[in-house]
Amino acid sequence: MKFQRTLVLAGLLATVTGPAAVLADEQFVGLPSYRVGAYASGGSGLFGGWIDYMQMINERDGGVGGVKITWEECETEYNNARGVECYERLKTKGQSGNTVFMPVSTGITYSVLEKVPQDKIPMVTIGYGRTDAADGRVFPWVFPMITTYWSQASGIINYIGTKEGGMDKLKGKKIALLYHDSAYGKESHAILDKLAAKHGFEVTKIAVAHPGNEQQSQWLQIRQQRPDYVILWGWGVMNPTALKSAAKTGFPREKMVGVWWSGAEEDTVPAGDAAKGFTAAGFNVAGSNYPVIQDIQKFVYGKNKGNMEDKSRVGSVYYNRGVVHGMITVEAIRKAQEKYGKGKAMNGEQMRWGFENLNLDDKRLAAMGATGFMPPLKITCADHEGPGKVKFQQWDGTKWKVLTDWVDSDRALVRGMIEESAAAYAKEKGITPRDCSKEG
Amino acid sequence: MQFFFEVLIGGLLSGVLYSLVALGFVLIYKASGVFNFAQGAMVFFAALTFVGFQEVLPGWLGLEPGSAVVFWLAFVLALASMVVLGLLTERVVLRPLVNQPHITLFMATIGLTFLVEGIAQGIWGANVRGLDLGIVDEPIEWLMDRSGILVSKFDLFAAAAAGVLVTSLALFFQYTRIGRALRAVADDHQAALSIGIPLQHIWGIVWGVAGFVALVAGMIWGARNGVQFALTFTALKALPVLILGGFTSVPGAIVGGLIIGASEKLAEVYIGPMVGGGIESWFPYMLALAFLLVRPEGLFGERHIDRV
Repeated sequence: MKFQRTLVLAGLLATVTGPAAVLADEQFVGLPSYRVGAYASGGSGLFGGWIDYMQMINERDGGVGGVKITWEECETEYNNARGVECYERLKTKGQSGNTVFMPVSTGITYSVLEKVPQDKIPMVTIGYGRTDAADGRVFPWVFPMITTYWSQASGIINYIGTKEGGMDKLKGKKIALLYHDSAYGKESHAILDKLAAKHGFEVTKIAVAHPGNEQQSQWLQIRQQRPDYVILWGWGVMNPTALKSAAKTGFPREKMVGVWWSGAEEDTVPAGDAAKGFTAAGFNVAGSNYPVIQDIQKFVYGKNKGNMEDKSRVGSVYYNRGVVHGMITVEAIRKAQEKYGKGKAMNGEQMRWGFENLNLDDKRLAAMGATGFMPPLKITCADHEGPGKVKFQQWDGTKWKVLTDWVDSDRALVRGMIEESAAAYAKEKGITPRDCSKEG
Repeated sequence: MQFFFEVLIGGLLSGVLYSLVALGFVLIYKASGVFNFAQGAMVFFAALTFVGFQEVLPGWLGLEPGSAVVFWLAFVLALASMVVLGLLTERVVLRPLVNQPHITLFMATIGLTFLVEGIAQGIWGANVRGLDLGIVDEPIEWLMDRSGILVSKFDLFAAAAAGVLVTSLALFFQYTRIGRALRAVADDHQAALSIGIPLQHIWGIVWGVAGFVALVAGMIWGARNGVQFALTFTALKALPVLILGGFTSVPGAIVGGLIIGASEKLAEVYIGPMVGGGIESWFPYMLALAFLLVRPEGLFGERHIDRV
């Protein structure tokens, strides 16, 4: 009798609560953010944009295929040890653990590079990280997407060549590389040496010790050597200091070309008028006139659910870079759902497939409200980088103004170097590269 | 030769700025025997508070943004904030630790660093801001025309401001009653108390003055590179200056700054290319280390002899 009563009660309960009692699938994304410390200004913009995009997808579309995106931040302070700690902490969170790790730090990327295949969590490094991981045959779990440092360096040389009236005009030119004295800064050396040999220009490399808040001696050397162009490969305080020092020594800012970690409002605003005319590469552009940003304004900030304390930063370079991170995350979920089942939360392996089969062509970017916002992107089993293209933007004193369309790199040269380096890594680690013709 | 002098002058001017930061350390060390690890954080806090007030005051009081009134009001408020921070530090952190070993006080200032950095960013946000002191950072033309040597107007102004401040403080310490009391407190807390020197009062003054020095340093460094977290790194530039000049000497901070500034620039230009460049970060430490071997108390530091 007692058993029967329990059964009836259970049946009643099930009828009353019904489907609400069944938990809806949720897609968990772990965010190793940095909102305090030396790089907080960039981090707050980037992670703010990333979260706002995912929030917008939840608010506007009800998630991806009905699956709401959930996230949790873990503060790394841009510190490798903390980054690894965050990786470990996030990997067991959410319905099926963390399903993508985007460290936004080259150091953390290297620290967890060998962990991600074991844990089956895809690692996406957009515009940083280990360049030769673009060879997906050797690095199936790593995706240095959109463009790598080598492609960027090559894109900058192509841009300078175009400015000079053709690549043949580079012969005999002097280009100074002012770089952050770290692994990040030195990443450009090999490719620039190859490009210098190919096009006949001379490259002088000038190191700036971390943090780069003193550059008097470097700029006096530049003044003495009188290069035609200076490539600024900086980070953090090194960038505004370089721009101010350039002004002090009379070097024209129009002849300075920065990399994407030197080309944000955080780099130019502190330099004041000294930044006017400075040009920088970017795999995303600044501006809030894109439908994707307007949707964020409408569906997120319109409902007071925005992540940015300072709303005026919505549309800035770092914010929009965060939106790109969000777009790629969401599109990989969408792609994976096409194969593994709509309305389901994807696990790490399924997400990896999603990333590897991403195809954000012009049509898809238009549908996302992001035409011209980022370059069209197609990832394959062998190529985990994609377009390798950048746009060049110039600081007019108050905002970034886009100067060019997407500028290509020397694809043949860069890809050759990537394959050579990845093959050496595979040999060292005893990895047998995948046969991409057999991948589904 | 012209290039050599250009590098040398630039280095000397940078050195004065290092002295300015080192001065904050010296003040607190002289008064309490504490190596204040939080000095860099105080520079950051001061500059951020100054630009923060510059941003909010026009909205609060209906003043014109960028006007002189806003500038001076922000300066006064930032200075008041620094004095309050100094007094609170004395009351909450130092007073309970009177007569504790110096290493305990040092550890307390490490904790204070994180607190001050966090409070600064918590109140004013982590955004990078520009700071315009109205002095253009461009070469002095007549000097360029006559000698071809590049000297920045801003660097010259900053060096002059730092020089005046350092000299005033050196005189203050040497010739005033409070200055003598400060030195007595630095020698021995208990002995100073026993002869009626009000320890808390002296510590309050010295932390307040150190806050003022941090504000001036923060404004100058902030105007050079932007007001951002990296201002905390300016402390790293001051350490070799202190080792070289001595932790207890105001003139030592000046001379140490000049030596470090000039030598690091010359080394970067003439030795750097031979070893791959970027030696500015470690060369001053190497120099200071070499100096330590010869004169452990620094150029002007007090020789400490213990009877055993």
